Amino acid sequence: MQKKYLLWSIYLAGLFVLLIASVILSLSVGEMNLGFMDIFSILRKGHDSMEYTILSQIRFPRVLLGIAVGGALSLSGILLQGVYRNPLVEPYTLGISGGASLGVAFAIVFGLHQLIGSFVLPAAGFAGSFLIISLVYTISTRNGRVNIQTMLLTGVMISFIASSSMMLLMATTSSENLHGIIFWIMGSLDEPDMSLIYITLILSVCSLVVSYLFVQPLNALRLGEEKAKHLGINTDTAIKLLFLMASLLAGVSVAVAGVIGFVGLIIPHLMRILVGSDYRILLVSSFLSGSIFLVLSDVIARTIISPNELPIGVITGIVGGVVFLLMMSRRSIRSLNKSR
Amino acid sequence: MSNILTIQNLSCGYPKFQLSDINFEIPRGSFAGIIGPNGSGKTTLFRAITGILGLKSGKILLSDKNLKSFSLNERAQNIAIVSQFIEAGDMSVEDYVLMGRIPYHSRFNFFETNEDFEIARKYMEMTDTWRFKDHLMSELSGGEQQLAGIARALTQQPQLLLLDEPTSHLDITHQVHILNVLQQLNHEMGLSVLMVIHDLNLASEYCDQLILVNQGKIHTQGTPEEVLTFQNIEDVYKTVVVTQNNPLSGKPAIFLASRKVLKEIEERLSKP
Repeated sequence: MQKKYLLWSIYLAGLFVLLIASVILSLSVGEMNLGFMDIFSILRKGHDSMEYTILSQIRFPRVLLGIAVGGALSLSGILLQGVYRNPLVEPYTLGISGGASLGVAFAIVFGLHQLIGSFVLPAAGFAGSFLIISLVYTISTRNGRVNIQTMLLTGVMISFIASSSMMLLMATTSSENLHGIIFWIMGSLDEPDMSLIYITLILSVCSLVVSYLFVQPLNALRLGEEKAKHLGINTDTAIKLLFLMASLLAGVSVAVAGVIGFVGLIIPHLMRILVGSDYRILLVSSFLSGSIFLVLSDVIARTIISPNELPIGVITGIVGGVVFLLMMSRRSIRSLNKSR
Repeated sequence: MSNILTIQNLSCGYPKFQLSDINFEIPRGSFAGIIGPNGSGKTTLFRAITGILGLKSGKILLSDKNLKSFSLNERAQNIAIVSQFIEAGDMSVEDYVLMGRIPYHSRFNFFETNEDFEIARKYMEMTDTWRFKDHLMSELSGGEQQLAGIARALTQQPQLLLLDEPTSHLDITHQVHILNVLQQLNHEMGLSVLMVIHDLNLASEYCDQLILVNQGKIHTQGTPEEVLTFQNIEDVYKTVVVTQNNPLSGKPAIFLASRKVLKEIEERLSKP
């Protein structure tokens, strides 16, 4: 077995163990702490206890949603960075969150969630992000070919328009609605609808499997679009499919959990530093690390000012940003020492 | 001898620049060069052959088979391309060379086989890049990167190797080294080579067939002796040159003179 593949296996096994550990931590820590070993006995005993209700109704859904959304956002980020060959692109750069937020703001301001039901909010979020994705895609496509530079610029511009439109709605609505919009924008893994959680989880795992079928195009695109074509890659098809998949992942994540920033940017960067830039390891490791990061961020969000809860977007932004800066500064010190 | 590449009545290009009426043949096992001044259409022709630029009319035949009928993978298995600049910064040299096996992998082949590793090693040894295999591509010099590019292209096991100005940004040591490697591959493996090249003396020294392109058309084609004449060079490059045979190889060599020197010669000649 090649040394490279052995190392990859070790990385993945390590990340898998970390994911299991973070899941157990998330299940046991909260307003009511449960011992690691107690979790299994509570689950075995069944439905009667309060502990069982906390585990099955509150913590377990959050963990599942954390795995699904963390993995989805991270996967979306790594796919977009591969397509655009730009490590600064993330799902939200392309206006996906702007569109989702606008959709949700529209639904709240016009009272659709009170008229129809609470499921309208994620639906409106998804509709908003889908509208933006369609706009970006249509504007950037000429004669069936996608211009990725135009796509990036269009995404950034449409993102600005969506954010400004949302601010317009916020400026003209009641303070109650304003509070609802802001709370949603800050993001949370508190989702009461289990079917929505399962859909998100299935979608993100399926997307990981499908995107793995595109590891060769993604690796070849590291050399540039033209050189990837020279290697027999149908870059037009690969770019279109990967863009749509990444957008769908981000759109669904934002629709279910609100705007959770930085995951799609920081996790792929960290993984590049740790495991290298080969997409065969990068896709799976980013997915697992995104899940671990979001599950742990949720633990912090729930416990740091317990019994109150912080928006998870605040934690991902601060913790993720600080860890990332630390790793970058260690990396630059190492390269400085190397060059001396 | 059959032709590896046949271009028939080819027209292609951009709204403001067109190549038209291009016809030439490259016999199998040739070492051919496309030469011409800046903006003459060399790169446009290169992009048309590589399939990046669509054709308006005409045909490109590879081993007498229309290139259009090749799938993208088949095309990459038969034609390998080495670009002028290689952007593979964060990739190890071995990983970069192994990219040449992509055309042989199905969508479900995620990992290289032992055979892939052996093929890559063989061509890395042939191009003397095996010793850098664990280095990052960004750590190599321009010449070493070009050699890695050639190793990657050979790993595609092509019939035809296309190179876009492989020596243009290199010093003479690396220029000669790279062209020697290509010449060796041409002689020993019978690999057909077609390269775009600016340096007329290198083109003369290494190529057995030259295609001189000017203003979107082929001006002259043939052996270096037929193409690199004083008249052709002056017509196309609008520069006064002296052509003589290289005393070592006997191939045509081009000599330039500055305006000052030309003026002095003119004055000397005009004196009674």
